Amino acid sequence: MLGYILRRLLATIPVLVIVAVLVFLMLRLTPGDPAAVIAGDNATTEQIALIRNRLGLDQPILTQFLIWVGNLMRGDLGESFFFKKPIGELIIGRIEPTLSLAFATMLIAISVAIPLGVLAAYKHGSWIDRIVMGFSVLGFSVPVFVIGYALIYVFAITLGWFPVQGYQPLSGGLSGFLQRLVLPAVTLSVIYIALIARMTRASVLEVLNEDYIRTARAKGQVERKILFRHALKNAAVPIVTVIGIGIALLIGGVVVTESVYSIPGLGRLTVDAVLARDYPTIQAVILLFSGVYVGINLLIDLAYSLFDPRIRY
Amino acid sequence: MAGHLKTLVAACAIIAGTSLAQAQTLKIVMHSDVKIVDPIWTTAYIVRNHGYMIYDTLFSMDEAGAIKPQMVETFTESPDKLTYTFKLRDGLLWHDGKPVTSEDCIASIRRWSAKDPVGQKLMTFVDTITADDAKSFTVKLKSPTGLLIFGLGKPSSNVPFMMPERVAKTDPNTQISEFIGSGPFVLKADEWKPGDKIVYTKFKDYKPRAEPASGLAGGKVAKVDRIEWLAVSDQQQAVNALLAGEIDMVEQPAFDLIPLLAGDKNIKLWNYNPLGLQYTMRFNHTQPPFNNPKVRQAVTYALNQKDFLEATVGNPDYYQPCKAMFVCGTPLASEKGMEGLLESNFRKSQELLKEAGYDGKPIVLLHSTDLQSLTNLGPVAKQLLEKGGFKVDMQSSDWQTVVSRRVRKDPIDKGGWNVMQTSWVSADILNPVMAGFFNASCDKAAFGWPCDEQMEKLRDDFAREPDPAKQKAIAEAVQMRWREVVTHVHLGQYNVPIAARKSLTGILTAPAPVFWNVEKK
Repeated sequence: MLGYILRRLLATIPVLVIVAVLVFLMLRLTPGDPAAVIAGDNATTEQIALIRNRLGLDQPILTQFLIWVGNLMRGDLGESFFFKKPIGELIIGRIEPTLSLAFATMLIAISVAIPLGVLAAYKHGSWIDRIVMGFSVLGFSVPVFVIGYALIYVFAITLGWFPVQGYQPLSGGLSGFLQRLVLPAVTLSVIYIALIARMTRASVLEVLNEDYIRTARAKGQVERKILFRHALKNAAVPIVTVIGIGIALLIGGVVVTESVYSIPGLGRLTVDAVLARDYPTIQAVILLFSGVYVGINLLIDLAYSLFDPRIRY
Repeated sequence: MAGHLKTLVAACAIIAGTSLAQAQTLKIVMHSDVKIVDPIWTTAYIVRNHGYMIYDTLFSMDEAGAIKPQMVETFTESPDKLTYTFKLRDGLLWHDGKPVTSEDCIASIRRWSAKDPVGQKLMTFVDTITADDAKSFTVKLKSPTGLLIFGLGKPSSNVPFMMPERVAKTDPNTQISEFIGSGPFVLKADEWKPGDKIVYTKFKDYKPRAEPASGLAGGKVAKVDRIEWLAVSDQQQAVNALLAGEIDMVEQPAFDLIPLLAGDKNIKLWNYNPLGLQYTMRFNHTQPPFNNPKVRQAVTYALNQKDFLEATVGNPDYYQPCKAMFVCGTPLASEKGMEGLLESNFRKSQELLKEAGYDGKPIVLLHSTDLQSLTNLGPVAKQLLEKGGFKVDMQSSDWQTVVSRRVRKDPIDKGGWNVMQTSWVSADILNPVMAGFFNASCDKAAFGWPCDEQMEKLRDDFAREPDPAKQKAIAEAVQMRWREVVTHVHLGQYNVPIAARKSLTGILTAPAPVFWNVEKK
């Protein structure tokens, strides 16, 4: 197991190197000049050139790349062109809202979707199954911002139960933290409920016809125990994969929800950085996202052995 | 005893009440997040607005457009108009408690003038700036100019904000790293979270002028303890939060959301800046066909302002077609030389194109799609230009790509451009020296790089002329010359109202949003 983990960790290095090179080159090849953005409308060509010089953008691309990689090796992600702050500091300031949102979303999604999926599988072909699957189609089809605005209109503006926007860190008190997290997490969870419920239904349905389920029934086990201990555990591998990938996607892709609810997370940092052509920030955030994807994939693989004893590393 | 106790309880209640009343926080959504906090390094309007929170100025523009002393107590002007002596007000302090000195102001003027177009022009007139003592300094000019007092009271980007000498000595092309001003609010640097909020608190030791506040001038009395500018990127959400009472003000609500706000009895729409903004079309003078003045003249006949304003603003309450190059409602406004222009005379446009020998090659129009205020300009321009005889290749992208592309002088087939559109705050284009698009000094001019000696001479004449009546005549001559050269075309004036809860009072009419004098009831 330890050897497997080490091999996997070593394998992440070339992945991250390729990502780093690609991101660096793509940013330099896309149109955009941070110096022109910073300088403003009144700036002359000379002033823009001076800013380019200050930011090191007039250096050859290879030199810029080597400087960046050299700093990276020393653990220095660089400094944002715009915020004039170390990028590590910026990311740390943005990570709590995104992680809170991602985990609250997955918590809601898992606790709703798995029982629904199991129920739909157990009652497959019935009206319950059709309703669950109908809702999951709806969950896939309605855009996040529409759900967001609808929830805001009903629960924030009309009923006044929750704030319209903003984020409060956990350190500011649990009730404020939860109050501001509920609507965005519910908004985001809709699509994951749909995804996980469908996956759970399909996987459980597949194992419900297996011999060991018939054996368990023949031994007189109660249905709930059969469903959740035998069927669900054996159907867990694809479900865990979906949940794991879902968390990774959430950490990198909560842009719309963070914008709609004005949550200062990593998604908004990325969008702001892209719009402003803040190269060092974009590079650092994408590297971070890549690391998260790789790490979560590793955790998913390791989790397989918990559910399926036949899998050994 | 009972009487003493009652008095004590009453006193405590008053103190508690007072502190409650004072512990007010304004929550405001500005038009953008604050990413940069050096108002000399960039001309971005959000940074200018931030500057007005924490910095003060030597002179300021009042509500009527007159330049009034602000940090300056008195100043004298020699009869030959070559020597000006400025004396600072008593009691001016930096936020770290140290007194403001003339050396601080001299260093600040030097850093500002290295970046700002008016400052740069002003410095060509300045012989020396010397400190007479801790509170007085003298400016000696080589020749008279009206730019000295005007420049020091310039209301918009770059505003000559005063900074401590150690900060102002930072290279103008390097961002400052210490944010100490002497203005009515203090930046809470420890609470600034880019992308979330920037926080200001009242500077308790600020000494306001005795006069009532007027525009950017007069007594800057901070009436709330704390102001938070929240970064809400979604316009609909900003409006929702205002309607729900979670925030107090939205600086620039989107025009299509204004009806939502206008229908709410708790919201007031306030046209705080009557001068507003102007839409502008800019040509690349270095590339054909706009290297030919006759082709640029054709554009002035093809376009009309109303079509642009209707497509972008929509509500006539918030726009005004205005042919005056130097902003309707200001001292230099004039329609001289504008006869027959901007009236969509397509036949005349086509005739001029024929005379110019336009070969029908498509012109590249840069079109921004992500800034709501600019998005509709492109399609209107394309339609009007095509009716006027041009072939137009409208290339759409995000605004930052437009910004990056417009500074490239490359030929069209190598990623260059012919024409683009933007918007200026009117306070930035009040005269021919301020208005950057009139700069026709070829490579030294702003993007578009017009080249015209006569225009430059007129701008120099304007800078040299201290007499307002003669300045007006020169401004009209500039406008007449513009008709020939056509450095750019202005596409109409518009206003964006502030939307605020009615509990807010004291919002000032000024060229930039400022928050002294504002109270929350």
